[in-house]
Amino acid sequence: MNRQVKISIAAVIVYSLALALIPVFAGNYETRIAISVAMFSALALSWNFIGGFTGYPSFSTAAFFGLGCYIGALSQRAGMPAELAWIIATVGVAGFAAALGAIILRLKGHYFAIGSIAIVEVTRLIISSWGSVTGGGDGLNVPLMTGTPDVVAARILYIMLAVMGMAFVATVIVDRSRLGFGLRCIHQNEDAADMVGVDTTRFKIAAFVLSALFCGLVGAVYASWVGYIDPTDSFSILLTVKVPVMALLGGAGTLAGPIVGAGVFVLLEEFFWANFLQWNRAILGIIIVFLIFFLPGGLLKIRYKDLLKKLSANRSNTVSEGEAKG
Amino acid sequence: MDVFQILLNGIVLGALYACIAIGFSLVWGVLNVINMLHGSFIILGGYLTYFAWHYTGIYPIILLPFVAMVLFALGYVLQHLFINKVVTAPVLTTLTLTFGLDMILYNLMTVFFTATPRRVTLDLGTLSFGDVYLPVDRLLGMALALVLTALLYLVMRGSRIGRAIVAVRMDRQAAALMGIRVNQVYSITFGIGALMAGAAGAIFAMVFPVTTNLTGVFLGKAFVVCVIGGLGSVPGALVGGLALGLIESVAGYTIGPQNAITVGFLLMLFLLVVRPTGLIGVKGYE
Amino acid sequence: MTAILELKNVSKNFGGVSAVSNVSFGLKQGEIVGLIGPNGAGKTTLVNLVTGVHSLSGGQVIFKGEDVGSQKPFQAARRGLARTFQIVQPFPEMTVLENVSAGAVFGGAAGGIAAGRDAAQAELDFVGLGHVANEPASSLSLPNRKRLELAKSLAMKPSVLLLDEVNAGLNASEIDDALKLIEQISGRGVTILIIEHLMKVVLSVSERLMVLHHGELIADGTPKQVVEDQRVIEAYLGAKFAERYKVAG
Repeated sequence: MNRQVKISIAAVIVYSLALALIPVFAGNYETRIAISVAMFSALALSWNFIGGFTGYPSFSTAAFFGLGCYIGALSQRAGMPAELAWIIATVGVAGFAAALGAIILRLKGHYFAIGSIAIVEVTRLIISSWGSVTGGGDGLNVPLMTGTPDVVAARILYIMLAVMGMAFVATVIVDRSRLGFGLRCIHQNEDAADMVGVDTTRFKIAAFVLSALFCGLVGAVYASWVGYIDPTDSFSILLTVKVPVMALLGGAGTLAGPIVGAGVFVLLEEFFWANFLQWNRAILGIIIVFLIFFLPGGLLKIRYKDLLKKLSANRSNTVSEGEAKG
Repeated sequence: MDVFQILLNGIVLGALYACIAIGFSLVWGVLNVINMLHGSFIILGGYLTYFAWHYTGIYPIILLPFVAMVLFALGYVLQHLFINKVVTAPVLTTLTLTFGLDMILYNLMTVFFTATPRRVTLDLGTLSFGDVYLPVDRLLGMALALVLTALLYLVMRGSRIGRAIVAVRMDRQAAALMGIRVNQVYSITFGIGALMAGAAGAIFAMVFPVTTNLTGVFLGKAFVVCVIGGLGSVPGALVGGLALGLIESVAGYTIGPQNAITVGFLLMLFLLVVRPTGLIGVKGYE
Repeated sequence: MTAILELKNVSKNFGGVSAVSNVSFGLKQGEIVGLIGPNGAGKTTLVNLVTGVHSLSGGQVIFKGEDVGSQKPFQAARRGLARTFQIVQPFPEMTVLENVSAGAVFGGAAGGIAAGRDAAQAELDFVGLGHVANEPASSLSLPNRKRLELAKSLAMKPSVLLLDEVNAGLNASEIDDALKLIEQISGRGVTILIIEHLMKVVLSVSERLMVLHHGELIADGTPKQVVEDQRVIEAYLGAKFAERYKVAG
């Protein structure tokens, strides 16, 4: 395992511990933000499998998340304990992604992107119409978790951190495995990957399923936490676009990039929402535009050493040769 | 309900859909950019027309060219300043950029115009042929939509800029070698796309109420029409629009309007997998 | 000796156009066979048919006794049927070593990524690219990119290697180097089909020559036989010249 990977893992562990300590040292508001950070980190890490490693621009995150919400909610309403409901949701969403992936991964580029958005819309519309089962537009109530708000929030935070951790571990494993290698080959040149012996269909479906199952789990946990879900919020187009942006912000295709991007994004959003409520959408838009033009590889791909050297070279003339390679 | 009524509704709707989608199809086909701003352009056109009509009382048909020009300028500037810098970038980048720009435009509209539904009300009465009814404002809307589509077709076929746009769509590099200033063609094309969207919005506002909440709906319709009819061609958008209009009309009557929208998307998904170039369209980019 | 690769009445139609019609031939283990023909004769289509890029419209492709007509490209690679591309297809942002490792890991059944890297390094040394193993593939010159293609194919441990216009874009001395390398590969026991549209280049290295014209196989024999074949001359130089040649010869 090379040095950079070890640093990433260590950093993520420290970061997770810091988040885990928030309920201890701060109040409910901060804990809720921490939950948001952990949640979006998990979602962004998921997207990274299909969008970052494989290079397929998927906008299906909301479909997987929303489906996870509903499967989890319906399972709980049927009497199952929350934990079991979460597992069922994860498996259900994984199966959904496998079936869908076989069809939609034949598309590439723009067509794939549109197909993936269409899935969100179709799933939302179906859930909305199937009122007898899903409550339709009125939404569903989910049995609340027992305990005071503080306790529940802390519990949810630890669960979300666990999901984030699992997604990160999966990322590291895939990155170092044959699957990760194959996905990167597909990303760079799908035809060449095919000719070299990569079973592109199977690998792409694997990436798609990985990108889905953690989203399903997050959705189910989210449903248990908020106690009420409806189609518009569960299958939100805003969410399905925000998640790839977070991954891009941190660095798509890297290990910890999605976590960094999610953290920065959530904090920015919280700050702007709190202070400029009316304009928060525009500000998000400006962040996105800024990201595209100035941070094309994401925050983790900036060569900070070079940047620092450039800034300090204005003052002194000596630059160490040994550090030139960065 | 009479079969003819359903068909007529479908055709009227279809003409409007074609008009909505044609600008989107052009931008996608020529620039290979999916313009997430399209829905907002439509609503902006509708709002501008409404406010101009509301405060001056001038007939919307006369206002249409002015609204169209405003949108053209907006589109041209956006392309020139922002989108031209990333036309060769991967899908995710261009899509995200237009999405970000859309968020800004959307927010500006909700703050300055508010989301209240608005409609230009023209009391023109209703025509009836037996059991079939056709409100005149819808007839007017359909006629305008078709005229606009035809105009664009003529421009694309007959004018220098139209030929340049088609050349760039076919082969960007070859066009550049022929002396065509590709970036400017891109800006003009995007401007035309915005213009058509704004005009479509203006027409739409004469028939139905428009609100910023509808931006996503219009964008979705544009997608479906493009996939059904094919990219970058006016006839394709017309075919796609009419097809969608008819499908929604029939499905709306048989299984309910909410489900009719689902049918449209399912058809799009089906076509994406089976025949992404659409019913008659030019081969789209990947 | 039975053929390691055999084509029986292979045909391919695209819409109304017949790209390949009724082609039959066999490659024996260890042979170097040249396949030549004017541009547009259908040579690359034939390679695509053998490796599963296109589906067969008719006929059979038999590899090591197995009917592989419906295989997908990645299956061909794993079976030991490798090919190079006329326009080289690297993984541009990966290093040269990683490019070749991909061949070893996915096509050559190397034990794991580390084992793949070792196998890759060996192949890179064999083709003479060992010194640029850690450069990005996109930084290589054209002749080196061709060598990279070769190394990648070799890493897949092929039994049969289809070389599609490896010499396109190379100058005379680069072509000589390429041909020498091909002979070395043959020395390792790999059966080679070398596809070219320039006769002179392929005459020097082939034991046997086949000529494709308008999708049909019009000659199959020793280089000397083929060069003097009336139909071949007609195909390359036109009917009038063939007439004149016949009269004069």
